[in-house]
Amino acid sequence: MHERATQPSVDIAVAASLEGVSHRYGKVVALDDVKVTIPGGCMTGLIGPDGVGKSTLLALISGVRKIQSGSVWALDGDMRDQAHRQRSYARVAYMPQGLGRNLYPTLSVFENLDFVGRLFGQPEAERKARIDDLLRSTGLDPFPDRPAGKLSGGMKQKLSLCGALIHDPDLLILDEPTTGVDPLSRRQFWELIDRIRARRPQMSVIVATAYMEEADQFAWLAAMDAGRVIATGSPAEIKARTGADTLEQAFISLLPEDKRGDHRGVQIPPRVTQAGPPAIEADGLTKKFGTFAAVDHVSFRIEKGEIFGFLGSNGCGKSTTMKMLTGLLPVSEGKAFLFGKPLNADDIETRQRVGYMSQAFSLYSELTVYQNLQMHAKLFDLPAAEQGPRIEEMLNRFGLRDVADTMPESLPLGMRQRLQLAVAVQHRPEMLILDEPTSGVDPVARDQFWESLVDLSRKDGVTIFLSTHFMNEAERCDRISLMHAGKVLAADAPRALTEARHAETLEEAFIAYLEDAVAAAKGPAKAREPAAELVSATPTAERTNSARFSLARLWACARREAVEIIRDPVRIAFALLSPVLLMFAFGYGISFDVEHLRFAVFDQSRSLESREFLEGFEGSRFWSRQPDITAPDQIPTRLRAGELKFAIEIPPLYGSDLLRERRPEIGIWINGDMPNRAETTRTYLGGLTLDYLAKQSARRAGDMAALPGTATGSESSALPVNFESRFRYNQSLKSVYSMVPSVIMMMLILIPAIMTALGVVREVETGSIANFRSTPLTSIEFLLGKQVPYLIIGLISFATLMVLALFVFAVPVKGSWLALIVGAFIYLGASTAFGLVVSTLTRTQVAAVFATAIIALIPTSQFSGLLVPVSSLSGAGRALGLAFPASWFQQISTGTFNKALGFSELWLNHLVLAVFVLAFVTVASLILRKQES
Amino acid sequence: MRKRLINILALGVKELYSIRADPVMLVLILYTFTYAVYAVATGAKLEVYNASVAIVDEDRSEISRRINEAILPPFFQAPQEISASEIGPAMDSNRFIFVIEIPPKFEQDLLSNRRPSVQINADATAIAIAGNGLGDLQQIIGQQVLSYVQNASGAPSLPVNFVFRVMFNPNLHSHWFTSVMQIINNITMLSVILTGAALIREREHGTIEHLLSMPVTPNDVMLAKIWANGLVIVFAAAVSMMIVVQLVLQVPIAGSLWLFLAGTLLYQFSVTALGILIATFTTSMAQFGLLCIPILVILQLLSGSSTPLETMPQWLQNVMQLAPTTHFVSFAQAVLYRGAGLAIVWPQMLAIAVISALIFVLSGLRFRKTLVAMQ
Repeated sequence: MHERATQPSVDIAVAASLEGVSHRYGKVVALDDVKVTIPGGCMTGLIGPDGVGKSTLLALISGVRKIQSGSVWALDGDMRDQAHRQRSYARVAYMPQGLGRNLYPTLSVFENLDFVGRLFGQPEAERKARIDDLLRSTGLDPFPDRPAGKLSGGMKQKLSLCGALIHDPDLLILDEPTTGVDPLSRRQFWELIDRIRARRPQMSVIVATAYMEEADQFAWLAAMDAGRVIATGSPAEIKARTGADTLEQAFISLLPEDKRGDHRGVQIPPRVTQAGPPAIEADGLTKKFGTFAAVDHVSFRIEKGEIFGFLGSNGCGKSTTMKMLTGLLPVSEGKAFLFGKPLNADDIETRQRVGYMSQAFSLYSELTVYQNLQMHAKLFDLPAAEQGPRIEEMLNRFGLRDVADTMPESLPLGMRQRLQLAVAVQHRPEMLILDEPTSGVDPVARDQFWESLVDLSRKDGVTIFLSTHFMNEAERCDRISLMHAGKVLAADAPRALTEARHAETLEEAFIAYLEDAVAAAKGPAKAREPAAELVSATPTAERTNSARFSLARLWACARREAVEIIRDPVRIAFALLSPVLLMFAFGYGISFDVEHLRFAVFDQSRSLESREFLEGFEGSRFWSRQPDITAPDQIPTRLRAGELKFAIEIPPLYGSDLLRERRPEIGIWINGDMPNRAETTRTYLGGLTLDYLAKQSARRAGDMAALPGTATGSESSALPVNFESRFRYNQSLKSVYSMVPSVIMMMLILIPAIMTALGVVREVETGSIANFRSTPLTSIEFLLGKQVPYLIIGLISFATLMVLALFVFAVPVKGSWLALIVGAFIYLGASTAFGLVVSTLTRTQVAAVFATAIIALIPTSQFSGLLVPVSSLSGAGRALGLAFPASWFQQISTGTFNKALGFSELWLNHLVLAVFVLAFVTVASLILRKQES
Repeated sequence: MRKRLINILALGVKELYSIRADPVMLVLILYTFTYAVYAVATGAKLEVYNASVAIVDEDRSEISRRINEAILPPFFQAPQEISASEIGPAMDSNRFIFVIEIPPKFEQDLLSNRRPSVQINADATAIAIAGNGLGDLQQIIGQQVLSYVQNASGAPSLPVNFVFRVMFNPNLHSHWFTSVMQIINNITMLSVILTGAALIREREHGTIEHLLSMPVTPNDVMLAKIWANGLVIVFAAAVSMMIVVQLVLQVPIAGSLWLFLAGTLLYQFSVTALGILIATFTTSMAQFGLLCIPILVILQLLSGSSTPLETMPQWLQNVMQLAPTTHFVSFAQAVLYRGAGLAIVWPQMLAIAVISALIFVLSGLRFRKTLVAMQ
């Protein structure tokens, strides 16, 4: 078997061939010297327990993950070769694990596909035709305008598949495409693939799946375990080799002894009826979102100790019902009782008795498996002595022992589900509400899990309310309820339901029920016409150039990003309004004029002369005299309390000493807690005292008459010199003239940077980055495409600020308009490019917001020349200022607004800003690797 | 009650793990409280310091020479002589902030009591120092001229001796001020972003929903975020105060560091709660980031930690009284520089406590609402 797989005879097409491939994540070995040849032109499958390296293998074949060691051949080329990879992106389609992870939730069905079509360089007419065709064949055609985020799980998967098929790939790689998808949708999904294969028989399909019934339909399978391929061949061959009747049994017997679990199959002892009120009773339970009834008058009773299953298509209201019962969603109408008590969202005690597991992974990805269990043990108030042993028990029971110190993020889906289960049952609840608990879990683990459920139900009398898409699980329930479109279609024991429909299996019965319901809703059912031939006979691959740069792809990215922004008007409002708000706050708020300085006098002489000196403080807006100081120790006390900004101490014999020319001493104590204000105070006082000195000198010289009357202003001073002060560029020294250009400088970097900074990292967090990794899109196209919309928002913001500056604050542009506009444009390029660098460097959106704020805020507010002129900066501050674009634009901004400058003086600043743009974009594109490592 | 405390503790420990799990975040926290504080303290001076001056000396007399020599570092750079025609271009290109023009026959006019004029040009775009620097230069020139005239007329020295003493910061070192204010800015920035973003992240990942299906109340979740993030931030601030401010920058702390830290604890409660409040008004990280920036900029530049509060228009001062930062800045200045004790700063502490409570209650109300709306 092995020999045949690795040395394929010439007439068998090869989809991919791997040799000596090993891959590890830190200490965890995902693939261990894998050698396998996957035949092409047919459906092939990868089966195996969770975490054996199936996803890694697929990612390596598709080229989205970087090869660590060994060689991978796919599409007749070496995937280590960058040129081959670049060519192959147009021929491979890769659909990652998880429900619609690579979709953009705010984009509509059509827009999602349109984006992918553009990435493959399809002209508009062709794109439209293809999308039309794909939507019709997947049954998504009634809702091309529905946002992807509002689709049910099955629909999301179909949409994802459409995206993968839009360019007629030669190699289609699907990683657990039907996990979490209801039986009807699953059936439609495979029919769709069959139709496409009928049209394009040369297409190779590689699927990783947890459904053995699905795997049974494939032409060729590879079973994996512990990072190795343990068997290959057709399903029949594998079954024959192991002497098993079903693939599931064959799969189990292929596993090493210790992993087989208890393969007697799940035995369910009969249920012993318990006395008391039902565990759950729902009566006309309804949940409305707006006018849409997600759950429509649902009634059911679940007895204590019963295993009750919820079946239904994706989006039929199962999860919503469960959320209402756990108190997460308020009930719109109807009643529900838990343990005989009316449902109350604030009832903490009842929550203690319930274990809930939500459909999506909702544990902490930043905590290890052990830490997650530990936290929950504490939250559920397990006795301290019991916590340790109980966690150990959970680790063993759910096979999490080996990954106890691993972060859930790096675990395969199935393992994460087990962790969620462990968490749900850890505190020994009386009732479990489990929303698709076994989605994506491998068959062995599923059986083990069911054994523990049966145990809990039959031995401990725990009530279990679960939803599932697996029919064999549904068959194990005491009773099941079929749901569709918010209503219960039927509820009874599984066998009774099957018999009622005269069906052979529960699945058939279920689909029959569903089809009836769909037909009832839509009128007479019409069979969907299989898709006609695609418009273009030429596969996209041959036309898609493998060029290193394509403006069309860049435009596709920019367009998509722009649509996402437009769908989020709150974000646009924040982006455009906050600069306006800040312009007002700073235009009116920041000033360095010190007024009404509070001071007090300790006048010990109380003489005519001292009063004459103090008269200088009167009638001026600068000074505000407080009650006199009467004792020396009040000087430090009142200064310390912050009441006074300065204090004046006049000695007892001031008057006579002055007259006798004994040069008396006046002490002035200034509060220095804020150096800038202290300095301003000292400067004001210096002017006032100098004036007083000049007057005294003049009086002594006897030519008082030559001087104009007493005044404090230096213009009519007694000084023998006259000062002509000129504040250049801003004659009245009004703060607003300098603040307005500075606010523009500040806002054009902070807002665009923080918007752009989330661009890449958000896609990494949500998973849509897969579209970048698996298509011909290059990192530079991707990055520039992200940048463009934010640049445009920045320009709009700039225009708004200019209008405010000119018409509200009446700050004119004295210099070259062109220099200012060109400068702002390049500057915005630099700030958005800076955002891109942050976005590619950080791993989480939190860190991205944080990094942008920290890195940008300090040089912008402190070292850009906003408060302190750059020529006065020194050392680290100056270096930081020059190393950031803000200080360079600050000169353009103040230069053109206040100084009447133009390109001839500012060209260097424009040039430096352009260098920043280039440098930031280069750095970002170097950090953002096309392949995941 | 005991149950609440256990919850808050367990959830808080989780927050600490989350912070630890993100190395980029840790590096940023470290950078913020060490190098960033140092750079701002040593780099940015709001005072007239190292200001560039040029002189156009058309008199070339004894008094013009004296004026030239009296303009001294560290406040001014040694003046450079330029010609009258260079004034415009030199100031346009930011070479000089101040240019002094001494006209021909200055000395002669001075001695014959004709009150000659000295022209001083100041670059008003250097808004922080143009006014003060101009005043300083006038005084320097005035003093030189006064004593020169007096000496010429044979009179003794100036009639009154004014002695200026600056309390709390005798040499007006601006880094004494900026270092601590930068730490305050950092506390604000970190508290708001760490807590708020952590909440958004929990919402985006569905973990908050999971939490609330357990015996946990929204208040538990909020308080846990507050104490855990607060702990990290207060700890970072304390270390930064001791190592960067006291040890490296050699800033003497007049009052009690412990009182300051107690106030910091109170303050960070208000800003972490503010972070949660902002998060409840936004649905995604992108919105959160955008709403944060203006709030942080306002708190940083208008709270009195950059420019004195009393220079702002009265209405704005009143508005800023609603911000906890304003009270904390005034508290910090009193304790750290003026050595004020609890008897003096209790009103600020009370104000911070009241504002904290208000923000907390408000965010608690919003928190429940957004959870329902989120579904």
